[in-house]
Amino acid sequence: MGWPFVWLFYIWSEHVGRVLNFMDLLIKNATLVDPAEKREGRFDVAIKDGKVAQVASHIKGKADKTIEAKGRLLCPGLIDMHTHLREPGYEGKETIETGCRAAAAGGFTTIACMANTQPVNDNAMITEYILNQARRLNHVTVLPIGAISHGLKGEILADIGDMTHEGCVAISDDGSTIMNAALMRKALEYAKSFNIFVISHAEDASLAGEGDMNEGPLCTLMGLKGIPNASEEIIIARDIFLSELTRCPLHIAHVSTREGVNLIREAKKRGVKVTAEVTPHHLILTEEAVKGYNTNAKMRPPLRSATDVRAVQQGLKEGVIDVIATDHAPHSSADKDVEFSKALNGIVGLETAVPLTYTLVLKKVISLRQWVASLTQKPAKILGLKNKGTLRVGADADFTIIDTKASYTIDSKNFVSKSTNTPFDGWKVHGRVLITAVKGRLIHGT
Amino acid sequence: MPEKTILDSKQLQKTLNSLVKSIIHDSKKYSNIALVGIQTRGVDIAQRLSVALSQKLGKKIPVGILDITLYRDDLSQVAEQPIIRDTHITFSIDKMDVFLVDDVLFTGRTIRAALSALNDLGRPRVTRLVVLIDRGGRELPIQADYVGKKVVSMPKDNIKVSLKERDGRDGVSVI
Amino acid sequence: MEGMVSVSFKKKDLLSIEDLTKNEISFILDTAASMKKVSTERFIKKVPTLRGRTVINLFMESSTRTRTSFELAAKRLSADVLNISPSTSSITKGESLRDMALNLEAMHPHIFVIRHAMSGAPQLFSQYTNASVVNAGDGAHEHPTQALLDMLTIQEHKGKIKGLNVGIVGDITYSRVARSNIHALRKMGAHVIFVGPATMIPSGIEKLGAKVSHNLDSILSKVDVLMMLRIQQERQDKTNFPNVREYSRYYGLSKARAKLLKQDALIMHPGPINWGVEMAFEIADDPRFVVMEQVTNGVAVRMAVLYLVGTRGEGA
Repeated sequence: MGWPFVWLFYIWSEHVGRVLNFMDLLIKNATLVDPAEKREGRFDVAIKDGKVAQVASHIKGKADKTIEAKGRLLCPGLIDMHTHLREPGYEGKETIETGCRAAAAGGFTTIACMANTQPVNDNAMITEYILNQARRLNHVTVLPIGAISHGLKGEILADIGDMTHEGCVAISDDGSTIMNAALMRKALEYAKSFNIFVISHAEDASLAGEGDMNEGPLCTLMGLKGIPNASEEIIIARDIFLSELTRCPLHIAHVSTREGVNLIREAKKRGVKVTAEVTPHHLILTEEAVKGYNTNAKMRPPLRSATDVRAVQQGLKEGVIDVIATDHAPHSSADKDVEFSKALNGIVGLETAVPLTYTLVLKKVISLRQWVASLTQKPAKILGLKNKGTLRVGADADFTIIDTKASYTIDSKNFVSKSTNTPFDGWKVHGRVLITAVKGRLIHGT
Repeated sequence: MPEKTILDSKQLQKTLNSLVKSIIHDSKKYSNIALVGIQTRGVDIAQRLSVALSQKLGKKIPVGILDITLYRDDLSQVAEQPIIRDTHITFSIDKMDVFLVDDVLFTGRTIRAALSALNDLGRPRVTRLVVLIDRGGRELPIQADYVGKKVVSMPKDNIKVSLKERDGRDGVSVI
Repeated sequence: MEGMVSVSFKKKDLLSIEDLTKNEISFILDTAASMKKVSTERFIKKVPTLRGRTVINLFMESSTRTRTSFELAAKRLSADVLNISPSTSSITKGESLRDMALNLEAMHPHIFVIRHAMSGAPQLFSQYTNASVVNAGDGAHEHPTQALLDMLTIQEHKGKIKGLNVGIVGDITYSRVARSNIHALRKMGAHVIFVGPATMIPSGIEKLGAKVSHNLDSILSKVDVLMMLRIQQERQDKTNFPNVREYSRYYGLSKARAKLLKQDALIMHPGPINWGVEMAFEIADDPRFVVMEQVTNGVAVRMAVLYLVGTRGEGA
């Protein structure tokens, strides 16, 4: 009896809502940069039910919450394609929860996490565990990357089909390289069958060995073992050829060498389906940062020469390198406050990525639009995320608000992450992340 | 700061002569005199004494050089590390009558160190102390057997001994 | 020379030659020359200079000769010596270097003498202690006292180091002796040439100021000093040369090669010598072979270093 009445009421309230424009969240006067929509300028953005409802120069109406963003940069929620959340297995360094909070503090709303956990994410159970932890947190979006090979041993394929079915967005043995070319070929082909792509950690194990830092005069002076550029270049070349052979998409992780960039440029010209990422630290630091046996500047691939740094900057500028990805790798002081050769590789990066890479905009190495694109539109495209990386009407309301004029000093003691292994402690930088929101809900800032 | 002369060139020579005379006066008690000069100006004085004594006694009086830096008890307290100079004693000091020679006797710590050093180098029959200037201010119960000149001084005074072979002229002054 | 005061050595630690100035090196050598007499010119080989100081020898990599040399040096200065080495140390129980430093620091030593298999370890250690740290060899990085004793030996024979041609032969890549020596020789004004197969010459070594040659015979008549390095069989990948016989044939100092050296050249080796590999047995009788003097100078140099870090002024 009451059905038609209920139905009518519903239509009426929606109509009223639309006319009166009831919004959940209204962002006013922001300097919006949305490369996917080719939008750059002063805009208001209205958000309802976790989606972008309207983008216009002036939005009138009632909102449960209004954010005045005059003079602030508003961009789609940042996406980090390369992080290590350490859970399961290394919860002392970071957990999925602390990693997500660190991501939010750094302006990231979506993060992809690598498989070198303990146990390794090489089967659906671990993938499910990671997704459940993230779901329970209801915070940033976590996208697991499954292993290519069982136990990351480089011998037999992991449960790629099951992992994809469970929710993995890509596969990678990051941390190690599949040294057997035939197995890497199989991985590319198998991944393609499930519509996911392979991420290559390019490092010839026999050349890199137990190396400590970039091979060169500084390494010789310090009496450490060197990792030559060739160890990366060889695997980039190999994997590009395999991608060409199999016609399967390939993504090169953390490019650090000039010739590596050249190889990718040539491959793209040929039409190979290859994409690439670079870390903030490889864009900014050279091997000089290692002087004094600073283990907080020790990672793989190692920091390289000034020539290489210039080349990756140029690569990012040209679009040869598509995205910036942090390779956030937390380690405890027990792992880092030791002899250099013993120290584990990796540095944290979620909370410092924005101000550090914004330096390239200030130095006019890349434009503001390119910078935002490399952290939003492009990673979304590679990961196949239709409703993220953009503030198009109908997209998820994941957004980040940054005060580009604010300058501050990086203080690792204030990090949200459980770990503080960074070489940037004490650096004066510009660009403070004020607000991070996922589906219209603020998860960092007010 | 005015420099006050205690001994001019002539007076210094006279003082050395009187030291020689005193030692000669006692020489019958010593059958095997050897001089050991303490670095640095004690060495020069010992050389001069040796020449005079050798002449007067009609036999060569040997001279050794002793650096006491490694025996000092105040190494951690000094701001500048003292330079370790030569120790060169070519003869055995066992059973010898060793006459330690220094330019200025003050706190007595240099002589204490010298005695420790001699102790590690051998076993003299007797040890005697010859100094050009005794300025008082002893911190240890050490006295010289032969003193050229006694001088009254304040702790902050700097007694400067100049010798021709090292400083170009002879003289002792207070700064 | 009276009136010319050398700069004193005021550093808390001796971690590398790279950090020293030419004047500091000269000062250490002058001090060592005086210290040498304690060992060579007197019967009682002891002076009370470091009486009451505690010296801890922390040798995390096996070495009998360097450790014995440091121990003797400390004892001749009347210091108290404690020897800690891998078999007895807790590093094998998994204690970190940092924890070791803090635990030992709590016993109030004055000087640590550290040898470690990893480059940079003594520097890391020195961050956790107020005591002085003397590097007795860290990984492939530096072995400062070895270079200093080599300098002293050269200086004693040649009167000076400036302008000399010094050839260093062997596995330069893994050699801390080579690195410390090139720093010292360059600062003192000598010319250095490294000789070895390309597999044993590390990347960028020319930037340190040395020439490189792969032909030993071509340099023999030109050098004033020939330093042969030990083939590090403990460290290398065993693929730097096909076999020991081949290495010896092309890079060993044979009797025939010794004939090509200058009459007054010096033949040196940091020890221990692989007889028949780096040098033919007969070289031991060559009058230019000064390895025994290097050993004596080693004690003298280490006495000088312990003295200089052990007595640095509190008021400095």
